[in-house]
Amino acid sequence: MTNIGVYICHCGTNIAGVVDVEGLTQKVAKLKDVSLAKDYKYMCSEPGQDLIREDIKNRNLDRVVVAACSPRMHENTYKKVLASAGLNPFLLEIANIREQASWVHLDKEKTTDKALDLIKMAVAKVRMDEPLTSLSANVIQRVLVIGAGIAGIQTSLDIANIGFDVVLVEKEQSIGGRMSQLGKTFPTLDCSACILTPKMVEVSLNPRIKLFTYSEVEEISGFIGNFKAKIRKKSRGLDESLCTGCGLCQEKCPTKVPSEYDEKMGKRKAIYTLFPQAVPNIPVIDRASCLYITKGKCGVCKKVCPAGAIDYERTDEFIEEEIGAVVVATGFDPFDPVSKEEYGFGIYRNVITGLQLERLLHAAGPTKGEVVRPSDGAIPKRIAFVQCVGSRDEHANKYCSRVCCMYAIKNALLIKEHHPESEIFIYYIDIRAFGKGYEEFYKRAQENGIKFMRGRVAEIFEEQKSRNPVIRADDTLLGMVTENELDMVVLSVGMIPRSDSSKIQKMLGLAASPDGFFMEAHAKLRPVDTLVDGVFLAGTAQGPKDIPDTVAQAKGAASGALEVISHKTLQLSPLISEVDERLCRGCGDCKDVCEYGAIEIVTLDTHKVARINPAICKGCGACAVACCNGSIKLRNYTDSITFAMLDATLGGAV
Amino acid sequence: MTEFSPRIVAFCCNWCSYVGADLAGTSRLKYPDNIRIMRVMCSGQVFPSYILKALELGADGVLVAGCHIGDCHYVSGNKKAQERVETLLRVMKTLGLDPRRVRLEWISASEGMKFASTVKEFVEEIKELGPNLLGVR
Repeated sequence: MTNIGVYICHCGTNIAGVVDVEGLTQKVAKLKDVSLAKDYKYMCSEPGQDLIREDIKNRNLDRVVVAACSPRMHENTYKKVLASAGLNPFLLEIANIREQASWVHLDKEKTTDKALDLIKMAVAKVRMDEPLTSLSANVIQRVLVIGAGIAGIQTSLDIANIGFDVVLVEKEQSIGGRMSQLGKTFPTLDCSACILTPKMVEVSLNPRIKLFTYSEVEEISGFIGNFKAKIRKKSRGLDESLCTGCGLCQEKCPTKVPSEYDEKMGKRKAIYTLFPQAVPNIPVIDRASCLYITKGKCGVCKKVCPAGAIDYERTDEFIEEEIGAVVVATGFDPFDPVSKEEYGFGIYRNVITGLQLERLLHAAGPTKGEVVRPSDGAIPKRIAFVQCVGSRDEHANKYCSRVCCMYAIKNALLIKEHHPESEIFIYYIDIRAFGKGYEEFYKRAQENGIKFMRGRVAEIFEEQKSRNPVIRADDTLLGMVTENELDMVVLSVGMIPRSDSSKIQKMLGLAASPDGFFMEAHAKLRPVDTLVDGVFLAGTAQGPKDIPDTVAQAKGAASGALEVISHKTLQLSPLISEVDERLCRGCGDCKDVCEYGAIEIVTLDTHKVARINPAICKGCGACAVACCNGSIKLRNYTDSITFAMLDATLGGAV
Repeated sequence: MTEFSPRIVAFCCNWCSYVGADLAGTSRLKYPDNIRIMRVMCSGQVFPSYILKALELGADGVLVAGCHIGDCHYVSGNKKAQERVETLLRVMKTLGLDPRRVRLEWISASEGMKFASTVKEFVEEIKELGPNLLGVR
C-alpha cells in the first residue's frame, strides 16, 4: 500500500491566477494511492515545507509529489524536506505546473486539466520510484581557474587565502586581462594599474597559486570533485627559468609590429612583454614576425641575452592537473565596429574605439597618456562619443553592455580636465548610470560642460582635407537632423563573448544564453553556478559587467568552488545505470556506447557480465537503450516507469 | 462536432530542451496546451519503444527533443537519438504508421522561442493529419 502526499503550490498568483488550485486539489485527492492532497500559497516557504514535513511524520506518507515550479528551481529544496523527515529524497517527484502550464497557457479550464495530467504522470512515476542512496567519492581539494583577469585573480586569491590550492591558467603572456588595458576607472577615477597591479603581484607571490601563463586548457574530463585538466603551455621561445626579465632583448629587437595589446594604437617588438608591469615579467617571441624564425636572419635577442635564455626551437609542453572544481573567468572581447559600416571605423582614421582611447589615456600606453588624433598626432579639441555601438541594436546585439555609458562619461571628464577648452559631445539613446555613485558622476560630467546629445547616430563621414569626421544624427530632443564636425570620434563599443568561448563551452559542456555568454544555472538564485556540477562562472564570461560587479561575482564563484572542495568527500548522484547480472550475456554492446568508459566486461566462472563503475557513470541511459535483452536499466527512469507515465496521461489510468 | 484537439507527448532532455521549455515559461511565451512533457536525462535515453508505446496508447504526435548536435551533455546521446529516430521513421512507413506523427528537434537551453514555435507548428501539422486511430480501441 502506497501513501502518496500531493502538494499543490499557488506560487502567489503565478499558478493560482490561471489554474483552479482548489478544484485541482479535490480531483487529485481522489487519485489512486494518493492519501492526501493539499494546496498552499507558497509551498517553498518555511510553513509550506513544514506542512510536508509534518504530514510525512504524522500521516505516514511514503512518497511525495509537489506540483509547483520547474524541478530545476526547487527539486533540491523539497528533497531536503523529505530527508529531514526521514524519507528517502528520491521518493519525490515534481509536477512542473508553472513553467509548463500556468505561464504558457491562458484558458483556465484547459490549463487546470493539463496540470491534473502532469500531476497524474508524477504520481505514476513516484509510485514506482525506488529509494536510492547517494554514493560518496573523494574530492580533490584544488580549484582550476581559467582566465586571470580581475575576475580570475580575485577568485584565485580568495580561495588561496582561505587555505586551498589553485591552478590558475591564463591564455595571454601576462595576467591582468582587460582591466590592465584600462587607463582610469569610473566613478572614482582610480588608475586601473594602481588597484590591479598589487593584486597581480599577490597572485605571483602566493605559494598556494600555481600559475600557468601563455597557457590554455585543452581538455577537461571527470566529474565534480574529480576533474582532470590537460594544459598546453605554449612555447615562449625561451627558457623561463633562466630569463631575468631584464628587457634587453626587447630593447634591441629590430622588428616593430602593431601592438594588439595597445589596440593597434602603438607598436611592439617581435620579442615583447605586454606592458612594463607584466606578471610574470618574461617576454614571448612572436613567431610570425621574428626575423630569425621567419627568415633565419637576425638572432639579435639571443646574442644580447645575458642569461642565455633564448631558445628558438623550444616546443609546447603539456601538463595534467587534477582538480575538484572549475571556475570559468574567460572574460569578453570588445565589439568590432567594422561591421557597423555607417560609422566608418577602419576607413576614417580619426574614428577610434573606446578601448583604443583607453590605451591613449593610459599613463604607460603608446602616447604616455596624451590623447592624440591618429591621422596627424594633433591634440583633438572637438571630440564626440557615440554610444551603444554593437549594443541595444537589432542588427548587432540586443543587450545593453552596461559599461559604455560610464566609460564614455569617465573618458570625457578626463579629457576635459586635461584640456578644459575642449568641446565634448556624447550621443546617447539613454544614459544608464545605475551603479553606486554613477548618477552623481553623470551629474558631475553635465556640470563640467560635457554636452549630452540624445539620438542615434545615423552616419559618420569625413571631411577629406582636414580628415575631420562629421556626425549626422537624429537629435530626438530638438526633433531635427544635425551635423557636427569634429576632430575625433570615439565609438563606445560594447562587450561580446570571447571568440574562443564556444571551444570552452564544448569542453566543459556548458550552455550559452541567447546573447552568447555562458549561462548561469539560475538567473537570480544561482548566478555563479552552471548546469554542470562543480563548474562556476566569474566576471564577463557570464555577461557584460563593470569591475565592482565582476569582483563581487568572482568572490561568489570562489565561495561556490570552496563549497565543493572544502569537503574531503562528496555525495554523487545515484541516478545511474545498473546491470541485472542474471540477465546480462556480456555481449559488450553497452560498453561500446558508453562515452565515459564506465563499463567493463568481467569474466565470471561460467559467463561474462557487464559491470558499471558507479563513480564514473553519469546516468545518460545510452547503455540501457543499447542493451538488447533489457538487462540494464537507468534507475528511476525505467521502461515500466515511462510506460506508466504515458498511460497516466494517454490511457486514462490513474 | 468538437474540434479535434491532438494529444502530444514530448520527451525533453534534462540539459537543453527541458530548460528551453522552462525558458518559454519564464518568458511567458504562449503555446497550445496539447503537449505533455516527459523529462528524460538525455534524448539518447529514449527507446524507440517509448515512441511506439505512446502512439499505441493514442498519442497523436510524439516529439523527441535534445541538445543540438555537438552540444550533447553526454557527448553523443543526441546522435544516438538521431540514428534511432531516423531508423524508426523509415520502419514506421513500412509498418503502415504515419512517420509525420514523430518529430525530432534540437532545442537548446536558450531557445524558449524555438520550443514554443515547434509546439505550435507540430500541433498544427497533427491537426491536419487528424487523430491517431491506433488509439481507438
